[in-house]
Amino acid sequence: MALSVDSALYRWQRPGAPSPSQTLSESTPLLVPVRDKPKLHLKKWRIVFPNKRGDGTDWKGASMLYSGNRIRTTKYTWVTFLPQNLFEQFQRLGNLYFFFLVVLNWFPQLEIFHREMIVLPLVVVLLASMVKDAIEDYRKYQLDKMINFSKTRIYDREEHAYIEKCWKDVQVGDFVQLQCNETIPADILLLHSSDQNGICHLETANLDGETNLKQRQVVMGFSRQNELFEPELFQNTIVCEMPNNDLNKFKGYMKKPNQERIGFNIESLLLRGCTVRNTEAAVGIVIYAGHETKAMLNNHGSRYKRSKIERQLNRDIFFCVGLLFVMCLVGAVGHGIWAGNFFEHPPYDIPDENGNFLSPVLAGAYMFLTMIILLQVLIPISLYVSIELVKLGQVFLIHNDIDLYDEEADLPIQCRALNIAEDLGQIQYIFSDKTGTLTENKMVFRRCTVDGIEFSHQENARRLDTHKELDLDDEDFANLQRFTLPPMDIEKSATSKQRSMRPLRRCQSARAHFQRHTRTRSLGRCDSNQSQVAFSSPIEKDVTPDSILLRRVREAALQTENLSPFIHMKTSTSLTDFFLALAICNTVLVSTATEPRQRVTVPPPIKPSGITLEKIHQIFQRLKLASLSQSFSSSQSSSDLGISFSAKNAPEYRAALECCDNDRDCGASGGGDELQGKDSTDIGSASLDEVFKSMTDSSLPTDFCYEAESPDEAALVYAAQAYSFTLVSRTPEQVTVRLPQGTLLTFDILYTLGFDSVRKRMSVVVRHPLTKEIVVYTKGADSVIMDLLEDSAKVDTSAERRMKRIKEKTQKHLDFYARDGLRTLCIAKKVLNEDDFQKWANFRQEAEAAIDNREELLMETAQHLETKLTLLGATGIEDRLQDGVPDTIAALREAGIQIWVLTGDKQETAVNIAYSCKLLKQRDIVFTINTENKETCESLLNLTLEEVRKNSEAEKPQRKIWGVIPTSFSASEAPSSEFGLVIDGRTLNVIFQAGLEETFLELTKRCRSVLCCCSTPLQKSMVVKLVRRQLKVMTLSIGDGANDVSMIQAADVGIGISGQEGMQAVMASDFAISRFKHLKKLLLVHGHWCYARLAKMVIYFFYKNVSYVSLLFWYQFFCGFSGSTMIDYWQMIFFNLFFTSVPPLLFGVLDRDVSAETLLGLPELYKDGQNSEIYKLSTFIITMLDAFYQSLICFFFPYLTYKDSDIDVFSFGSPINTISLLTILLHQALVMKTWTLFHLVAMVGSVVFYFVFSLIYNAACVVCNPPTNPYWVLEKQLSDPTFYFLCLITPITALLPRFFIFALQGTFGATLILKAQQVDKLPRGQQDLQIQKLRSRTQSPSSASVPSPVSNDDLKQRISHLCVSPFLHPVPAAVSHGDTASRGLSASEVNHLRKLTPEEGYYFFNRWAEEESVAADSSAEPSSGHYPLVPRRVKTPGQDDDKQTKDRAHNFNHGSHRRSVSAVTL
Amino acid sequence: MKNKTSFPPQEGETHPSRCPDNSAFKQQKLPAWKPHLTLATVLSTFFLTGAFCLSVGVCLILSANSVREIQIDYSEKCSDCSKLRENTSNWNKECHCFVNFTLKEDILGDVFMYYGLKNFYQNHRRYVVSRSDAQLLGRNVNIQKSSCAPFTTYQNGTPMAPCGAIANSMFNDTIDLFYNINSSVIQVPLLKTGNSWWTDKNVKFHNPKSYNVSSAFAETARPPYWQKPVYLLDEEDEKNNGYVNDDFIIWMRVSAFATFRNLYRRVSRVRQFADGLPAGNYTFHISYNFPVSKFKGRKHVILSTVVWSGGSNPFLGIAYVVSGTVAALTGFVITAIHLKLRKKKTYFQK
Repeated sequence: MALSVDSALYRWQRPGAPSPSQTLSESTPLLVPVRDKPKLHLKKWRIVFPNKRGDGTDWKGASMLYSGNRIRTTKYTWVTFLPQNLFEQFQRLGNLYFFFLVVLNWFPQLEIFHREMIVLPLVVVLLASMVKDAIEDYRKYQLDKMINFSKTRIYDREEHAYIEKCWKDVQVGDFVQLQCNETIPADILLLHSSDQNGICHLETANLDGETNLKQRQVVMGFSRQNELFEPELFQNTIVCEMPNNDLNKFKGYMKKPNQERIGFNIESLLLRGCTVRNTEAAVGIVIYAGHETKAMLNNHGSRYKRSKIERQLNRDIFFCVGLLFVMCLVGAVGHGIWAGNFFEHPPYDIPDENGNFLSPVLAGAYMFLTMIILLQVLIPISLYVSIELVKLGQVFLIHNDIDLYDEEADLPIQCRALNIAEDLGQIQYIFSDKTGTLTENKMVFRRCTVDGIEFSHQENARRLDTHKELDLDDEDFANLQRFTLPPMDIEKSATSKQRSMRPLRRCQSARAHFQRHTRTRSLGRCDSNQSQVAFSSPIEKDVTPDSILLRRVREAALQTENLSPFIHMKTSTSLTDFFLALAICNTVLVSTATEPRQRVTVPPPIKPSGITLEKIHQIFQRLKLASLSQSFSSSQSSSDLGISFSAKNAPEYRAALECCDNDRDCGASGGGDELQGKDSTDIGSASLDEVFKSMTDSSLPTDFCYEAESPDEAALVYAAQAYSFTLVSRTPEQVTVRLPQGTLLTFDILYTLGFDSVRKRMSVVVRHPLTKEIVVYTKGADSVIMDLLEDSAKVDTSAERRMKRIKEKTQKHLDFYARDGLRTLCIAKKVLNEDDFQKWANFRQEAEAAIDNREELLMETAQHLETKLTLLGATGIEDRLQDGVPDTIAALREAGIQIWVLTGDKQETAVNIAYSCKLLKQRDIVFTINTENKETCESLLNLTLEEVRKNSEAEKPQRKIWGVIPTSFSASEAPSSEFGLVIDGRTLNVIFQAGLEETFLELTKRCRSVLCCCSTPLQKSMVVKLVRRQLKVMTLSIGDGANDVSMIQAADVGIGISGQEGMQAVMASDFAISRFKHLKKLLLVHGHWCYARLAKMVIYFFYKNVSYVSLLFWYQFFCGFSGSTMIDYWQMIFFNLFFTSVPPLLFGVLDRDVSAETLLGLPELYKDGQNSEIYKLSTFIITMLDAFYQSLICFFFPYLTYKDSDIDVFSFGSPINTISLLTILLHQALVMKTWTLFHLVAMVGSVVFYFVFSLIYNAACVVCNPPTNPYWVLEKQLSDPTFYFLCLITPITALLPRFFIFALQGTFGATLILKAQQVDKLPRGQQDLQIQKLRSRTQSPSSASVPSPVSNDDLKQRISHLCVSPFLHPVPAAVSHGDTASRGLSASEVNHLRKLTPEEGYYFFNRWAEEESVAADSSAEPSSGHYPLVPRRVKTPGQDDDKQTKDRAHNFNHGSHRRSVSAVTL
Repeated sequence: MKNKTSFPPQEGETHPSRCPDNSAFKQQKLPAWKPHLTLATVLSTFFLTGAFCLSVGVCLILSANSVREIQIDYSEKCSDCSKLRENTSNWNKECHCFVNFTLKEDILGDVFMYYGLKNFYQNHRRYVVSRSDAQLLGRNVNIQKSSCAPFTTYQNGTPMAPCGAIANSMFNDTIDLFYNINSSVIQVPLLKTGNSWWTDKNVKFHNPKSYNVSSAFAETARPPYWQKPVYLLDEEDEKNNGYVNDDFIIWMRVSAFATFRNLYRRVSRVRQFADGLPAGNYTFHISYNFPVSKFKGRKHVILSTVVWSGGSNPFLGIAYVVSGTVAALTGFVITAIHLKLRKKKTYFQK
């Protein structure tokens, strides 16, 4: 028993002894009925009493203690809104700054503007935010209201029935009755379920997005109640843990009045927000309500991220603050000196109201503050508002991009973070998950090996390829849905030489898919309730059996009759065992296609109980020998087996068997004679089909849908089904499987040891119905299972020798699968004798009864059981790459983004996925570091780094060739294009612990891509953080599962893929896309645009503010630094607010410097954003200088023009204002790359609005704005030709330098972006051509960096040196092509495969090609099955040197990759 | 998460497709003009701008050169008076001063007479606001609340009319021009009205409503620096008296710079002055009242003509010429760079 529980109990039973925290419980009548009983420590435990609404006061007390179910997610109430909102608003720096200015302006000495007037901007900003907050909060309020007033049924003691109540009235201790499809109102402890097994099914999609059903079990002791649950009789007290946000952990116990305790855990808790499914009714008691529910505790608000531009911006704001300080200082000192110049006070130096004059020093000090007010615009507070607006617009546009819309899921991109859109344009590192992100997470059964014999499933591979093609065409697809064939006919058509590769589906799967298909079509969206249900797509469901294996299975089924040799017998039983294990060793739920989600729980009526396998076979044999013509239907009346067998097939069958043998021989010896082999196969399979067709036709309906917790489980069940081992039903106690003979076998499940990531395996313990043996079937990762196999060290018997051979072969196959990028699973079994099992079962029960360290105990018992296993075989499941992944990765890489893959998968799988998605190229040199030792790790890192360095230094001169297009590589950043690094979780741990981060990063910087395999979620986030912090780069994480959440949150930009694995990743992400390929447009186009737009806009805002404010500053030199302005204050406010605000905003939202097509065509354009080319310090400084220059021109041209004239203050100011408006807008026009109608209207509109407003204002206002009075000023100016001459020349002169630079860039500038702009101007046809040209240009430096033959030889030498080092010695890649060849894999088939799998990457292709040539080469030799890949490469004529180099690199990289295997052993 | 739990699942089925509109705006495919700086456009821009600016500049310089202007600093020449005014106790004493000058050639056309002040910071922040526009509009307002302080009322409570520092420091020299011809002295007829903006005179400035000017200002007192009350500014012309006095209005329009000129009089084109001022000897007869020495100021009297493009300031013309030259030169520079680089440009040149 757990210690903590004991102590808790002790505490509870300790009489009295109140602690300070217990005062609450004492003051309430909570413990009235248990007053005589000990008190419970309420800080740690929650006690729940059943609701005795009618009588007891105890419940009332509890309800007071615990929060009710009413939720309030609003921030404010009616009363607190104003103060709280104001308080929050004034926490913003900008508002405080405004407020500071208002306060400053309040002092008479400093007053520049009207007190009321300067308050205005602040009030406007505050009001706007307030309204926004209020609306937001009101929406939340309404939402809350809706939820609070949802109905549910609560037991009422007075009425003695369940009555309907609102959610908000639900309280802790209430009994709630839930109907099917009802949403659960609070966290409820399940006490009763209409299900006979006490199970309630939940859909947690609302909570975590996982669509598969979860089972919840009634609290032990209540489960067997078949009668209706009576709340009146429930007298127990519930003790459980305090509310927490862990969705997967919960524990507590129930105390019966007789002090008996019943433990329970999360398996009995129904969580708020989930939906009850498949269960008629459930009753439970409310444990947590309202805000204390786990769902609500998990409901965090979105977090605030600050984009890189904003961080830079803050730096520049500080620069502006510095500038402001300097300007104010100049003003203050200037004023002091100016005032000190007079011996006597001149008439224009006015004393204050009392007639006193300020001393020059004091006047200067005051002037400092005055100048802050005057030059306040220098701190661009408006910039923040504008940025928010622009980002809103940008996000709106991203959200509406139809290219990022996924039709299948009816999901556009979701922008969850509104303020980091421009970060998408600056990504330098991408960290990607593999499963579900790069791959579809649709598991497809591809290959298997049983008893050391590999079955390649060529037909299935072919089917998948055709399927892929067909997927593209919806019309054909829909037609094919109707084209359904009986299962065996399809089978036949596949094996016969039909040229059209029809996708082969069974009825039920076709129908299921068709339903889904029409549903999405007609509704236009995926209904969240149903279609996300984990019905697998046909691609996963239909497995075309391998013809050879199928034949063997059937042979096995018919074997007893033949009295085959022992070895055959052995094989056949392991085949049967293998498929049985596939079918039952899982937690798959079975439902029928006609009634999805209605589980088949009742075992089928016929139970072939008491029939042994032998007996079946005997019957079978008898039937055959008697040549009966009548068919035995599987009539319900017959207690025997349901086999229909038509006797006329018998001779054919015999012939077929013979043919099969021939065929196999032919395949093994000839290999090339395809036609013959095919023919014979046809005959064989056809006859067999006949046999089995009749059987399957007559048996039970085959429409089963399998709902699995993980897709690979379902894939295995479907695979088993393909070989007629059909999982028919599953209950917690029993599982029924239909055998190929048509027999239904019902196994009693004694235990199910679920999968966990530590054990990496799962097991079921069943009692075989025929042999009554207790069998353990285990399925798990090969690394684990292989170690758990029965020890065959002492090889004495032939059986054990055989076992060893099988093990070796299987391992070989597994390696081969892994290299193919397949997920491997080993299947093993173990037979227990009754005593051992009983012993273990007792132990297990104890462990299950434990409450506290239950997990550990369970783990221990599981590990105890899963030993000394017998290997049955292994499977290879393919996790298909998503569409367009290699293309996207290639483009992103070309864009200069480093892509790392962080995955929890095993190394081989990850490496192969990396190859197939072009993350690693064939000629890349891949270093693999696997070690657990610190010193080894360090030396390995250093060694590798040394190698990489040497190599990259050798290339450097080549890279430095500077084309006309400057490659923006800096030496440190340049990722060496031919190194890959593979590292595993353990090594990462060592690196983190031993402080080798810097070496590691140094190495990774030089590597083209990095793969971290077997890494935990924590490691993933640590890696992201390490790179982000140490290298100071912009990182992006993309993932789809809960295990990626921490990584997504650690990165600058987190992207979630809304896919199969639920919503957690999406919830944690900033952007949620539905396919990996969307990343390309998101980054390359939207990222680039958003960055370019915002960066330019920010720069422009700085420019605008500085150039405008400087005008006022220059004037100070002519008014004795007295803080005078020559522009009326209203016009100044409006200048920023209206006259010059719309064009930059529009620019920030709509500008397209380069078209989307060109951006996608030339990913290199992305580097602009990566290197922060547009907005960096130098740009900022240049812009500042330009702003000063322009303001100087804008001020001094009018000054010199009006110097010594009778111009008055405002008449001088109005041309300046006009000029500066024109200059600022024209500057914008120069920066703008796209002119749409909006832009034109905004530009012209701004100027027109300025004149109209100013004219009206100057004409209407005689005394409205005392004491400054711009009455009729502009009108007067407009009648003066000088004004026009001035307004013409000043902007021209002011913009001349900038235009000059633009002109130089535009005509001679060689930046890629300008070239791309030129490309945009070309007509369509030429565009592509030019893009190709540019690409070849830009890529030429990198192609130059491909090692020349000489340097490659060099490298090879070094590598070979490396190889002999104790850590890295090469293990030749062993490919078991011997088996492949022996199974008659003809050359043409290989060719076919090559043709069909181009998307699987060159690696795949090359490997096959090599194998093929090797096979051809060595056909005369006895096939030993051990062929080192490297030396056998046969040169084909016509290969140029370059190809050889590549091949060599390729070979080498295999070598280097394989080295890793040995490194693991360190 | 909250949102999700709140919506019953049935609602989803009627939900329309979430597919974004395929509109040009939302897909960012609006038809757009993309200006591109090609060599042709750039060069033509520079050369055209250059040519335009040069021609305008030449015109402006020519026209500015046609302006005749005479500027005489009389703060030195009337040093006696200047010294007298240094002592504020002598404010009431009259001081006259004569300044002679010779016109070498005729000044033809309208001749304007300005007074110029140097180092007088009329644009000082607190000076600029020290006025009450409402009072000047003739309204009866409590100037105590205006920004006139401390020039609002005397200690006995009598309000100043007009209030504020601007009015208080009004330029109060009187300048007359005499034409010395054949030892006889003819006073050049000068117009003292019509010099201010029409809107100022008719909209912004009004005397308080009363049957005559003096009674309108009965309850008020003159500003402390003034020698006479506001209703005696022009005793001859009722319409040029009080707040609507042209000299006063012009002074109240505060100047933009510390060195400035204000229009004082226009030469009335009658008799021998019908074409302007003929060449010859002239004398300014100045009644020296306005003290400038205490702020190191200077006083000028200026005679000038105006042309369509403004006054005598040649700056605008020069600016045009210089800018035009620079633009043209830039064009040449770009051409030169282009010619030099042409051979090197091997690709992507249309």
